[in-house]
Amino acid sequence: MADPIVRVQNLTKRFGDFTAVDHISFEIQPGETVGLLGPNGAGKTTTFQMLLGVITPTHGTIEMFGLDLMKHRETILRQVNFSSTYVAMPYSLTVEENLRVTGKLYGTPDVMRRIDDVVKKLEMEDIRHKLARKLSSGQMTRLTLAKAVMTEPKILFLDEPTASLDPDIAYKIKGFLKEYRETSGLSMLYTSHNMHEMEEMSHRMIFLQQGKIIAQGTTKEVMAQYGEHNLEQVFLKIARGG
Amino acid sequence: MNVGRISALIARHLFLYRRSFPRLLEIFYWPLLDLVVWGFITIYLAQEGKGMHGAVTFFLGALIFWDILFRAQQGITISFLEEIWSRNLMNLFASPLTAGEFLAATMAMSVFKVAAVSIIMAVSALFFYSYNVFIMGLTLIPFVLNLIAAGWLIGILTMSVIMRFGQQAEVLAWGLVFLFQPISCVFYPMSVLPVWLTPLALANPAAHVFEGMRGVLLDQTVPLAHLGWATGLNVLYLLIMIVIYQYTFSVCKDRGMLVRVGE
Repeated sequence: MADPIVRVQNLTKRFGDFTAVDHISFEIQPGETVGLLGPNGAGKTTTFQMLLGVITPTHGTIEMFGLDLMKHRETILRQVNFSSTYVAMPYSLTVEENLRVTGKLYGTPDVMRRIDDVVKKLEMEDIRHKLARKLSSGQMTRLTLAKAVMTEPKILFLDEPTASLDPDIAYKIKGFLKEYRETSGLSMLYTSHNMHEMEEMSHRMIFLQQGKIIAQGTTKEVMAQYGEHNLEQVFLKIARGG
Repeated sequence: MNVGRISALIARHLFLYRRSFPRLLEIFYWPLLDLVVWGFITIYLAQEGKGMHGAVTFFLGALIFWDILFRAQQGITISFLEEIWSRNLMNLFASPLTAGEFLAATMAMSVFKVAAVSIIMAVSALFFYSYNVFIMGLTLIPFVLNLIAAGWLIGILTMSVIMRFGQQAEVLAWGLVFLFQPISCVFYPMSVLPVWLTPLALANPAAHVFEGMRGVLLDQTVPLAHLGWATGLNVLYLLIMIVIYQYTFSVCKDRGMLVRVGE
């Protein structure tokens, strides 16, 4: 097996007396998509934010590409990006301006060519010069995805990328991500409350509850562990303390 | 420090200003209004108080130079607030951008704002009131640089407080600088201050700049002592402010406040 892209060991985050993430350890292999599941407040977002370097862990280590995130933040983050339904792009800039700023921030070579490429792939030609504030939620999701992939990351953190999208756009987004994963060898850490989507997108699942990993493995392994026939039932069992 | 990332942030703000009339208005409206009011006051005082002609002409210059300090502070604070208002801090700090590069970009924006306001005010003062801000000659340069640095001090302090205490502290972006105005001796000499306030003014680099400028304009002397104090204090305070900013940034990262500051 190749060296993991991400290696998390004993990662813990405490806010005062509250433990948001409690000694979790996992790895993500090159080209692998790992689904991070759990009820609200399970620690998914805090884990994401620690992996993106915007929250400092209380304990534990995060390594990406064999480097410690705390010591090699800039080198690592150049090769990482994220897209979240809950983090929009500046509303007063156009789609293209937002992408140009992102390209410069990440040191992406030949930014304009890359923008042309991403805009075409995500079918955004008609909104390229539109202000972000005038985008629909589906268009904004495409913009945050375009921002995430235009820097050609080696790993992508996706926080509910299809939440609040209609089924047609959600289908297109998933299709784009799968195709992009196939062609680029991208690794992904993926969260969603849609269990079918998690099954469809992920090679492996990690279930979090109250900051702890309580199950992990392939969909089949997790379902077998809980004696259920679908992921939704597993989720409900976990969420209800089963 | 990565120049590319700093220029990315500058481009982000220039994109914003290019199409935002209210933001452009904010840069020019208040300075021009101040200039008009103080211009008329200066004319009135010059007509009534024949013996204080030199002093009243200084008012217009003082106003322009106070605005340099104010805009330098605003350049930093408003650039930071723009990121809060657009909830963009997560996008920025999940990228390779460092806290130092972010600060450098806000400083660059502050220089841009100062340059824009100064040009408009200097030209307006010359055109409407025949007041030439360049009568100080080359001594103007170190004074202006010191005023920009003094504005940065207050800007970095304000940004750190907003970062730490959230948007409820936003009002400081416009108010904190005026706390320093009485001890900056902008429109009056330090000698008029009560004895107990003088040490505070002496510890304020802006007060040395304005004292020095009065020296140049009224006595035609180059006040090297004031210039030296202003520069020394600015360097010392800037170092302290950068440490405070970096410390606040790391506390906010530790407490998860960096990504929630606009919520």
